[in-house]
Amino acid sequence: MNVLQSNFFELITIIFYCILIFVPLLVGVVLALYADRKIWAAVQKRRGPNVVGPFGLFQVPADGLKFIFKEIILPDSADKTVFLIAPIITLALSIAAWAVIPVQAGVVLANINVGILYIFAISSLGVYGILMAGWASNSKYPFFGALRSAAQMVSYEVSIGFVIVTVLMCVGSLNLSEIVLAQKNIWFFIPLFPMFIVFFISALAETNRPPFDLPEAESELVAGYQTEYSGMPFVLFLFGEYINILLMCAMTTILFLGGWLPPIDVYPLNAIPGFVWFILKVTLVFYMFAMVKAFVPRYRYDQLMRLGWKVFLPLSLLAVVLTSSILFFFKLAPGMS
Amino acid sequence: MVISTKNPVHSVLFLILAFLNAAGIFVILHAEFLAMILIIVYVGAVAVLFLFVVMMLDFKTSLEKDNILQYMPIGLLIGLVFIAELVIVLINTRLDLSNIQILSNPLDNFSDQSNTEAIGSILYTNYVLYFQLSGVILLVAMVGSIVLTLRDREGVKRQIVSEQVDRKGKIELVDVKSGDGVDI
Repeated sequence: MNVLQSNFFELITIIFYCILIFVPLLVGVVLALYADRKIWAAVQKRRGPNVVGPFGLFQVPADGLKFIFKEIILPDSADKTVFLIAPIITLALSIAAWAVIPVQAGVVLANINVGILYIFAISSLGVYGILMAGWASNSKYPFFGALRSAAQMVSYEVSIGFVIVTVLMCVGSLNLSEIVLAQKNIWFFIPLFPMFIVFFISALAETNRPPFDLPEAESELVAGYQTEYSGMPFVLFLFGEYINILLMCAMTTILFLGGWLPPIDVYPLNAIPGFVWFILKVTLVFYMFAMVKAFVPRYRYDQLMRLGWKVFLPLSLLAVVLTSSILFFFKLAPGMS
Repeated sequence: MVISTKNPVHSVLFLILAFLNAAGIFVILHAEFLAMILIIVYVGAVAVLFLFVVMMLDFKTSLEKDNILQYMPIGLLIGLVFIAELVIVLINTRLDLSNIQILSNPLDNFSDQSNTEAIGSILYTNYVLYFQLSGVILLVAMVGSIVLTLRDREGVKRQIVSEQVDRKGKIELVDVKSGDGVDI
């Protein structure tokens, strides 16, 4: 009985922690959607959403409400089970990856030893939601969108993997908290600046953001893999996509911008709690994401593939060799001196 | 489910589920590194290509019922052999879950390291030759498949990016008087 009781208590705590992650994440997504549109509008000298609520802040919740009350249209020739499972998979996977993100020293739901591999694995699973959606819709545009998206994500995952390897060689651990702590002296985006750029661009491609949003290029493919979706499943896709974008921002922060660490370890700066720094840095990276969306034109598909396989792959491979050689030669690798 | 569903895409999706289950078993055995690598390599890369090919195929979903019955006896036979093997193994060994740490970590001098470090320190010292050898085999397979599929045909137009980007001698600025137009 006692074992059962303690197990039950443990379950309740875990659920509580999950809600503690999930609710700020949802708020973050709503704010990100709003900020995305507002920044985009500002670049183009428009006002953006400004009618609903103060500064148009309630525009996104209002849109969400509208979607919830809309009818879910199931195409007649669609594979209905797969069609409905696909958005659920997309959203569930993107939330699951947040379980290992440390927002402050010691504040993390699951501090597992292979944290970064876990995120990499989960984000590589993200392709399935899109592929299943495209195939199950049983229509041409979603299928092409899904094929493009899958090929794109698989290609850029390779270079992301090599960038992660270069960072890991400087850290000597796969644990995300230790990756942050290894940047106590210098944030990795200074010594590994080219890799920071490669990671940022690959993250854009990985999350299907402009200028790499070919899977949903409206001039060619209507809306890509989500053409046939409406109502709630569409919202699930939208939220999954934005949670993935925030995840990539958080990954950039952890790998290159020192996670929760303050810029300089002096009094007024290190008195601010770590999660504030973390959120600030994630916001900064998201701002860059939004700016890129606003002023870079869309790539052609063959240019996208060329960039992934012929530029980033050799570059990141070279960086792996170079970093390991430098670490070995100057005896800088962790556990060598 | 992988072999019993009629739709090939469904069976690939169930195959992916089977891979995920295998990864879950690795996690239970405290081999989290292997679990993650299994997901990244098999589910994230190999199965995606698999799904790609199957989705592109124009398949017929209606398989005949007796077709399945035709393979039933031999399937049952193989199943029975596997069950018999499992029973024999289970009878001969006592599975003690209390020392699962030792079971998953048989080399005791690595018990204080995480298993990522343990795999690294074994693979790149004692077994470096086999590691390199498997790498060379994969390289040979890759080169072989490229050689087999590479053909040089006549009249194929290739894209040369530098030529495309280079505009010298191909672009001309002309001052146009209004109402006159230009000859191109």
